[in-house]
Amino acid sequence: MSENSIPIWDSTTSVQAAGSSSLSETLHEWVTTVDHKKLGLMYIGVALLFLALGGIEAAIMRIQLAVPHAHFVSPQVFNRMFTMHGTTMIFFVAMTVLFGFGIYLVPLMIGTRDMAFPRLNAWGFWMSAFGGLLLYFSFVGGDGLYGAGTAPDVGWWAYAPLTSPAFSKGHSTDYWTIALLVAGFGTVATGVNFVTTILTMRCPGMTLAKMPLLCWLYLVMGGMLLFTITPLTAAQLMLMVDRYLGGHFFDTQAGGSAAIWMHFFWIFGHPEVYVLIIPSFAFVSEIVPVFSRKPIFGYPIMVAATVAIGFISFSVWAHHMFTIGMASYSNAFFVLTTMAIAVPTGIKIFNWLGTMWGGKICYDTPMLFCLGFLFQFLIAGLTGIMLGAAPFNWQLSGSYFVVAHFHYMIVGGLLFALFGAFYYWYPKMTGRMLHQTLGKWHFWLFFIGFHLTFDFMHVPGILGMSRRIYTYEPERGWGAWNMIITIGVVFQSVAVLCFVFNLLWSYFRGRPAGNDPWDAWTLEWSTSSPPPAYNFAVTPEVKSRRPLWDIKHPEDPDWKYE
Amino acid sequence: MIIVRSRGQRGSARTKGIESHHAFSPNRILGSVNPLRSLQSFIVLLWLTASCQAQSAAQNSSSTNIFAPSSTPADSIYKLSLLVLAVTGTIFVVVLSLLVYAAVKFKRKSGDDREPPQIYGSDQLELAWTVLPVLIVMVLFMTSARVIHAIQDAREPPGTIEVTAVGHQFWWEYRYPQYGFVTANELHVPVSDPAHPTPTFISLLSADTDHSFWVPRLAGKTDLIPNHPNSTWIDPHETGLYLGQCAQYCGTQHAKMLLRVYVESRADFDRWAQTQQQTVQRDAAMSPKAIAGRRVFESTACINCHAVEGTVADGRFGPNLGHLMSRNTIASGVAPNTPRNLRLWIQNPNAIKPGALMPAMNLTDKQLDEVTDYMLTLR
Repeated sequence: MSENSIPIWDSTTSVQAAGSSSLSETLHEWVTTVDHKKLGLMYIGVALLFLALGGIEAAIMRIQLAVPHAHFVSPQVFNRMFTMHGTTMIFFVAMTVLFGFGIYLVPLMIGTRDMAFPRLNAWGFWMSAFGGLLLYFSFVGGDGLYGAGTAPDVGWWAYAPLTSPAFSKGHSTDYWTIALLVAGFGTVATGVNFVTTILTMRCPGMTLAKMPLLCWLYLVMGGMLLFTITPLTAAQLMLMVDRYLGGHFFDTQAGGSAAIWMHFFWIFGHPEVYVLIIPSFAFVSEIVPVFSRKPIFGYPIMVAATVAIGFISFSVWAHHMFTIGMASYSNAFFVLTTMAIAVPTGIKIFNWLGTMWGGKICYDTPMLFCLGFLFQFLIAGLTGIMLGAAPFNWQLSGSYFVVAHFHYMIVGGLLFALFGAFYYWYPKMTGRMLHQTLGKWHFWLFFIGFHLTFDFMHVPGILGMSRRIYTYEPERGWGAWNMIITIGVVFQSVAVLCFVFNLLWSYFRGRPAGNDPWDAWTLEWSTSSPPPAYNFAVTPEVKSRRPLWDIKHPEDPDWKYE
Repeated sequence: MIIVRSRGQRGSARTKGIESHHAFSPNRILGSVNPLRSLQSFIVLLWLTASCQAQSAAQNSSSTNIFAPSSTPADSIYKLSLLVLAVTGTIFVVVLSLLVYAAVKFKRKSGDDREPPQIYGSDQLELAWTVLPVLIVMVLFMTSARVIHAIQDAREPPGTIEVTAVGHQFWWEYRYPQYGFVTANELHVPVSDPAHPTPTFISLLSADTDHSFWVPRLAGKTDLIPNHPNSTWIDPHETGLYLGQCAQYCGTQHAKMLLRVYVESRADFDRWAQTQQQTVQRDAAMSPKAIAGRRVFESTACINCHAVEGTVADGRFGPNLGHLMSRNTIASGVAPNTPRNLRLWIQNPNAIKPGALMPAMNLTDKQLDEVTDYMLTLR
């Protein structure tokens, strides 16, 4: 095992040969790069920036809601905050960071030198990044000729007809629409890239059945992207036709249909949820085996469950619309499909459990976050079943219960898995370990803050608190709950500061990681940390799902049993 | 380093390793937790969080707790939700116990750096945790479908009160076609005796954006969507005031689009309806100040939006004011209907409800007093 402790992110030969480079050269290098590792890191960096912005927006909302009849922000500002928070977190944090990890890891894990289309990869990144900038430029440019509005305030679903010119004056909605259009094109490009790379670029010996599970999950996610973004893009184009060319698709005052927008949005929106959660499954499926010291339990059924989730997720969208007055048999149909998706999801939870069972589990920070993921994902799944029972949904949807549910999924599930991924792969990306003690502080503070906020958020929903309200009456008895929720945000903020500090500190001072700090089994750990621009000096050849196990245990290799 | 790997001895069977590993048997998984006990503990847990509110809800009818139903649709949902909570609660307890057990039991002991037996899977187990969830899903689906049918496809019995609710930014219009009057923001319905039900069926329309009608103790929510007529129904079992609020984001003042449903005895309801139906010429009984106020009201833009039966005011954009004084609140439940609040509202609606669509009419203080006096005559 060769130690490579030089903390350089930039390992292209030209720069190394030059010895030193000026700031403008480095900048030029990064702006023009088509290297999947640099693009991956840039995706992650941009996502962290937007995470800070989205987090500030969340904090503003929580301060406003901490007590009844607060006057911290006006209703107009509050409405902009929740619109921007949702849009930012989904499109420019979650998607972006998951792409970042995927683009960084997939070529390394399948033993190749780059994505199939490196330039398309760069294009996708810049479209996403500029989409985000465009969205935030609305704070400056959104008022247009009317001087009134700034950032969009239509909610992240932007239900018609709130987006029609009659109700949304100025240009804020246009910024929202065009930002998502632009980012959407980049997203589709990235989807194409994932699918092509994984299908055609695997190293010799790596059949589809011998890929690391992460690659399978990204393959399914990439495939889903191709079909899930397109209805959103179509709807956005129709909305622009409505707003500027006199169309009436969603213009209810001229006979258009508000319900059609909902269908368009949610047939994007629900598969989108799985586009977000499947990569977090991917992280967990890599981390849990390594820290339990066992291979993933039931690899084939894990793949089958993922593919099943991919397909079924396209048939559940109208469970977001149980309250819009669909026919009773339509409602029943969507109850069935929604419940059905619990089956493959359950299989996954049990198989991760099976992976831990009989193992020798080490509780390093990545594994701690994965345990948090399993616990919270279980609860999120169960509240999902409650919401899937349509009559129960008539009470719960549109309330704070549903807000708690999907934050449980996205923060408790996705973000926990993502933090785990940061602790797990940061050594590969930088050559240095993240600080363990700081990591533990990060975990426990975030865990406590998360549960203070999102456990207690279910209660005001049950007590009748609607979502997207900027204030509430003191007599309703929601005040104490909301105060606790807000206190949880303080813990979460401190934890995230811990994390960011850890990222920066460890980059300069962290313990050198070596190639394979976790004694792991997939190909990315066989090259140096950080990997050279060409990833592998010699194209690897694999015989099993755990090529490094085979190397480390030549007397008892995996390929004999798979 | 010595590597112990049990799979070496078990040939091609994927499951042998598991049988040799005593703790991981299906019997243990399925039989180790008593579902009844876990169900109990879960419900206790849940109730601990919401119990205070639920208790007070029983006495205080203005609560909006979904677990304190007082009408058939809300009650059927409540019963279904108990079943769903029991099932999900059991799953939660079982899986969480397994997770905690695995996390504690299989922690690596310090100094132990041998690899554990490498196990790849188990067909029987995987089949079990596929088939069992399928059965649970079928049960939940069928019970949900029954409740959906019972609520959504209910027929109107004779004696039904029909109301049309129209959502506006940011207030509610209620039309009573059987009685021929229009009112706003405070819905009155008769109590429904389960033996001779007199439910209220509500058609839901929207004048502008999407809204949602949600009075948690009476029924689940149903959206009001322009060009997409919906309906819902309630049959409250007890008199009292039931609160709720708009549950679909509808614009700036979504938060202050509150719902108030007054459930009254049949006699009280009939008396109220009779008052609402009356259109009397009031000038004779009015003070000169109120008459002046009426003149201001009818000569400014007020009448473009508001209607008062029997006068020239016939606007449709704002609430009907014909019997304003019969309402307890103004601005869709936001403020008590006192002369002071009324005057403040007329002077500057944004002071009470920023973002409300009613403009400040820039009336002089004298005009404000007069218009307020006129409003006070609209009983």
